[in-house]
Amino acid sequence: MRRALAGKAALYVVLSLGAVAFLFPFWYMVIGSLQTDVDTSIRGAFPEPGNLTLDNYVAIDGRIDLVQGLINSGIFTGGVILGTVVFGVLAGYALAVLRWRGRGAVFALALLVQVIPFQLLMIPLYVMIARDYGLSDSYLGMILPFFINSTAVVIFRQYFLQLPPDLFSAARIDGAGEMRLLWSVALPLVRPALLTAVLLTFIGPWNEFLWPFLITKQASMQPLAVSLANFISNIAASTSNPFGAMMAGAVVLAVPAVTLFVVFQRYFTSNDLGSGVKG
Amino acid sequence: MTTRTRLLGEHPHGVLFAAPYVAFVLLVFAWPILFAIWMSFQDYFFAAPGAVVDRPFVGLDNYATVLSDPDVWESFRNVGVFLVINVPLTVVLSIVLATALDRVVHARTFFRVSYYVPYVTASVAVVAVWLFLFSRGGLVNNVLGPLAPDPSWLVNGALAMPVIALFVTWKGLGFYILLYLAALQNVPKELYESVSVDGGGRMRQFFSVTVPGVRPATLLVVLLATITGANLFTEPYLLTGGGGPNGASTSPVLLIYQRGIEQGNPDVAAAIGVILMALVLIIAAVQRRFVGGEES
Repeated sequence: MRRALAGKAALYVVLSLGAVAFLFPFWYMVIGSLQTDVDTSIRGAFPEPGNLTLDNYVAIDGRIDLVQGLINSGIFTGGVILGTVVFGVLAGYALAVLRWRGRGAVFALALLVQVIPFQLLMIPLYVMIARDYGLSDSYLGMILPFFINSTAVVIFRQYFLQLPPDLFSAARIDGAGEMRLLWSVALPLVRPALLTAVLLTFIGPWNEFLWPFLITKQASMQPLAVSLANFISNIAASTSNPFGAMMAGAVVLAVPAVTLFVVFQRYFTSNDLGSGVKG
Repeated sequence: MTTRTRLLGEHPHGVLFAAPYVAFVLLVFAWPILFAIWMSFQDYFFAAPGAVVDRPFVGLDNYATVLSDPDVWESFRNVGVFLVINVPLTVVLSIVLATALDRVVHARTFFRVSYYVPYVTASVAVVAVWLFLFSRGGLVNNVLGPLAPDPSWLVNGALAMPVIALFVTWKGLGFYILLYLAALQNVPKELYESVSVDGGGRMRQFFSVTVPGVRPATLLVVLLATITGANLFTEPYLLTGGGGPNGASTSPVLLIYQRGIEQGNPDVAAAIGVILMALVLIIAAVQRRFVGGEES
């Protein structure tokens, strides 16, 4: 009995150490963003009443337009989510419910695409989208390579597969068209999957750095991740508290994603993802 | 029902439903891959849109340029260092934390969420904090006191890549923990019981039931971690100021960016990309053999 109890305690110790390791940098990000003067001593890892300020947020907003950055990130992410929900649901439905020639090949393609490192396509995509189509500094050019998230397609398929086939044959006999079947029979039943897929899709464009960095030269078009990165590598040194301003920008970039995933955490569990990635 | 076997199958509109997605994959994945391979055999350069220019076939010239470039070799060596640290660390830590998480009753949600918070946060935001923590006068060095490395972490040729590997492990771990949690649900509970009937403790259960039981997940984790390693860009670009010190943390993708976009040699960059893609495929096949065994 005693050994079992000690074992339980050890589990919680391991898990808590893990939690500290994962959460501490976020705590430190917030603390650092509020310091008037940088304090990198151990004492500085905790709030010090005499050393608190919001000036860092003002300072970084003076160098990069935080609101415009958030708007650009929002449009980029929103476009990808829209494309994924509309065309990804259609594809997932076709892959799960309908029988047509080429279905197996398209499903294999959706799995294969997930293991192709996107970065390797950087040069040809840049030539095509920025040079040939002239879409640099445009939302369309930013969104295009991410427009339909393949993992989301596989998740949609997985959820549609779990619906009883009789449901569809019955509705078809009643004369329902395929669009109505999808919209008013299938979709309401997989609403949780919709949320999981939206969350998963959100991570990609909101956090993406390389592609929008390549395709946007105008500061007014850059998503926040890109303008913050430019600030870190070029501008930060010229502010009075460079690390403070960097942390303030990092907080603004991190808060929307972290909030979303804390609020909707129950739609982002191992079961939802396991089915999506394993196919 | 046999009369319904039409050219496109029983539900021909399925083709229509999937068409936008198929078009997307062809445009954004299939075509660019072919384009990159073609480009790597040409003398390709950027030109004004619409301008007609001659881009002659040059055979393996670009590959010769790439293979005689010491920077390229160094970048591949760097990814090797990265993978040797990142992949085992990722597998061991995520399997241990997932197993622990699977056994506890209280505060499960808190632990699960705190583990994946770094995964869902933008690299740029968390890189900023790591820059702060690991800077010369930063908190990590202050805690270590006289043990702090000199030169400091990110400007030390021997430590820059290991710090990047540690960062990527930390950032991605929450996702892999979720994968392992899903896999753990498929391990039959009776197997654990039969081990404890035989007098085996928790450790025996872990090594003789859990580890073999989640092997398909381990294969997936190893594969995804390797692909992440091949994709490394943001971390060397920002954390070590463009692959420094002296190229000690340059990654192939960073080199693709520098050669292709900054220096205007997309043909050479495409050749690096093709070599990297081939290496990833070979490594994936080898891992499948060793980790996956006969299953999956």
